[in-house]
Amino acid sequence: MENITIKINGMEVSAPKGSTILEAARLAHIEIPTLCFLKDINEIGACRMCVVEVKGARSLVASCVYPINDGMEVWTNTPKVLESRRKTLQLLLSNHERKCLSCVRSGNCELQQLAKELGVEDEAYYDGERTPSCIDDSAVHMIRDNSKCILCRRCVAVCEKVQGIGVIGANERGFATFIGSAFDMGLGETSCVSCGQCIAVCPTGALQEKSQIDEVLAAIADPSKHVIVQTAPAVRAALGEEFGYPIGTNVEGKMAAALRRIGFDKVFDTNFSADLTIMEEAHEFIDRVQNGGVLPLITSCSPGWIKYCEHYFPDMTENLSSCKSPQQMFGAIAKSYYAEKAGLKPEDIVSVSIMPCTAKKFEIQWPDEAANGVPDVDYSLTTRELARMIRKVGIKFTQLPDEGFDAPLGLGTGAAVIFGTTGGVMEAALRTAVETLTGEELAALDFTDVRGMKGIKEASYNVAGMEVKVAVASGLGNARELLNKVKSGEAQYHFIEIMGCPGGCINGGGQPQQPGYVRNTVDIRALRAKVLYDSDKDNPIRKSHENPAIKELYETYLGHPGSEKAHHLLHTTYVKRSINGN
Amino acid sequence: MACKKDRVPFNGTPEQEAQLKEVIARLKDTKGALMPIMQQAQEIYGYLPLEVQTMISDETGIPLEKIYGVATFYSQFSLQPKGQYQISVCLGTACYVKGSGGILSKLEEVLGISNGECTPDGRFSLDSCRCVGACGLAPVMMINDEVYGRLTPDDIPGILAKYK
Repeated sequence: MENITIKINGMEVSAPKGSTILEAARLAHIEIPTLCFLKDINEIGACRMCVVEVKGARSLVASCVYPINDGMEVWTNTPKVLESRRKTLQLLLSNHERKCLSCVRSGNCELQQLAKELGVEDEAYYDGERTPSCIDDSAVHMIRDNSKCILCRRCVAVCEKVQGIGVIGANERGFATFIGSAFDMGLGETSCVSCGQCIAVCPTGALQEKSQIDEVLAAIADPSKHVIVQTAPAVRAALGEEFGYPIGTNVEGKMAAALRRIGFDKVFDTNFSADLTIMEEAHEFIDRVQNGGVLPLITSCSPGWIKYCEHYFPDMTENLSSCKSPQQMFGAIAKSYYAEKAGLKPEDIVSVSIMPCTAKKFEIQWPDEAANGVPDVDYSLTTRELARMIRKVGIKFTQLPDEGFDAPLGLGTGAAVIFGTTGGVMEAALRTAVETLTGEELAALDFTDVRGMKGIKEASYNVAGMEVKVAVASGLGNARELLNKVKSGEAQYHFIEIMGCPGGCINGGGQPQQPGYVRNTVDIRALRAKVLYDSDKDNPIRKSHENPAIKELYETYLGHPGSEKAHHLLHTTYVKRSINGN
Repeated sequence: MACKKDRVPFNGTPEQEAQLKEVIARLKDTKGALMPIMQQAQEIYGYLPLEVQTMISDETGIPLEKIYGVATFYSQFSLQPKGQYQISVCLGTACYVKGSGGILSKLEEVLGISNGECTPDGRFSLDSCRCVGACGLAPVMMINDEVYGRLTPDDIPGILAKYK
């Protein structure tokens, strides 16, 4: 593309035509602070934090949306610019509940960081009337506290544009403006799917998950309870960010060590039940193909996606795999097979999960997710909550040794660990389904067509003489696009993987929050996904059906995939919902 | 978020619904259709309650919140029906300096609703307006076509009692 030259702070900078001032400045390694701006998602120039001086312009301009033109002269740090940013911040702070000491985001709040960097000396300078607000805790998975909301609209943009849902937006106008749902309904009364992407992009403490750290610590302290924990694949790929490790660091060993020191009786791995999911789902797929079942089969690991399907594609719930998610399969096996092995009663086991996800908090209390008369999973915590719990009990994470998971529910394969990224479930299922159908060992295990961060991926494989067409979508806006094509007959597939969050679980709503300026410059999804693919490559066992712990589970307990017992424990049912209803 | 209020029960008729659906079918594929649809819906029903906005959302595929956001942004849209007795309190300059703010507060207190709302029984709706051309009688309010002037807050309960 054609480059044009402009001057920023007196230096010549060459940038592609069509770039914004912000992008051109970044090429010259000049930092301009941003707050509301999220690349491709929220480009509205609303917060005025990124203002700069442009020669000849009547007023300061928002660099995040202002395009460059030939010969333009820009200054990013004149006294006028700095004073304007400071004043804007002070005005934002005048309508902001400044309880920083007790705020969940203290230390990684973008507003707090800007106040520090831009030298806000008196945060109460413009104090006066504040917009009245209430706390919305109607949803199972999260809390909205609008007293800390700065109306940046990042949450609104991600809900509407990325996820295609739009259950939150700006209501009223002027000083009375607040972010909420229609007719002041609580989020829990809407068709919110609990994906938590709004929390992931919130710059302040206005949005957070409903924490259950204290309930888990109380269970651990109760000697009559046997408290076990499972960790999803994507958690190990991101938890380190909370403790200063670069994005894309695998902290599996330290994570296991931390969980043991927190006091869990057994430290298990959701990878085990991811392998189990593959056994059941590959069996279900083969069964549907051979016996004329409903196709395409669509994966069911992502509860945000499930709820979306129930609301927005209720006529396609028959396409959903009846398999519970790995989290729920784990819980059901823990309170049956493991309970019997360990001589425990299901009601004495407290089953905790650490998930990159907020929808998992919603999933654990669904009906038909309690195979043993008690909930399969009792508490589901996010990656962020685990980090808080580690800090709370005084563990120095960086100084921990690397430890492993406990047997028998701690063993997972390379096929399981890639569940945490878009395309991973498909690849894992293909490894098992192809070998089952052909009876031959795969020459190459990598199905690279379904890898990568593209929103929708398609591939076609010849399996035992049959053309198998597959598709993978992540992010619910992409899911909608793909499913509309399926419904209209424009595209036909046998097997579809859908994950609710863009990029899959590695970018889940429960993962560590990265500030806008990081999200805008680095693909955090790709960096985290690489952790999982590396882990798969390094695992001596890379196919779910070769997991010895899974083989033993079937031989000694479940019988075979799809058996009556497996069905009772590992499969579930769905409901049909409407768009404007919960 | 604002806190929840009691809502007046919805009394839409099948004829109104058919009329609205016809409007939506006619407009929904044009760009920027939402505002005209909302304007016509308000003409049909007199206001835009949850039931009407849900119909618009279901028929157009536009998220309900987006419609509500527009409805609460523009003052031309009303979420409240007009009551059998429509009260307008003048907040124009002359009435205001003569204390019409206190009249409005008293009405809000006695009726248990805020400016712009309707009582749950559908009897009274309360609005403020700017000058009814009776400045000599300030402060002034109107109930339907009846004008009441030289008001004090203490007059309010007696006047409302006439409409029970």
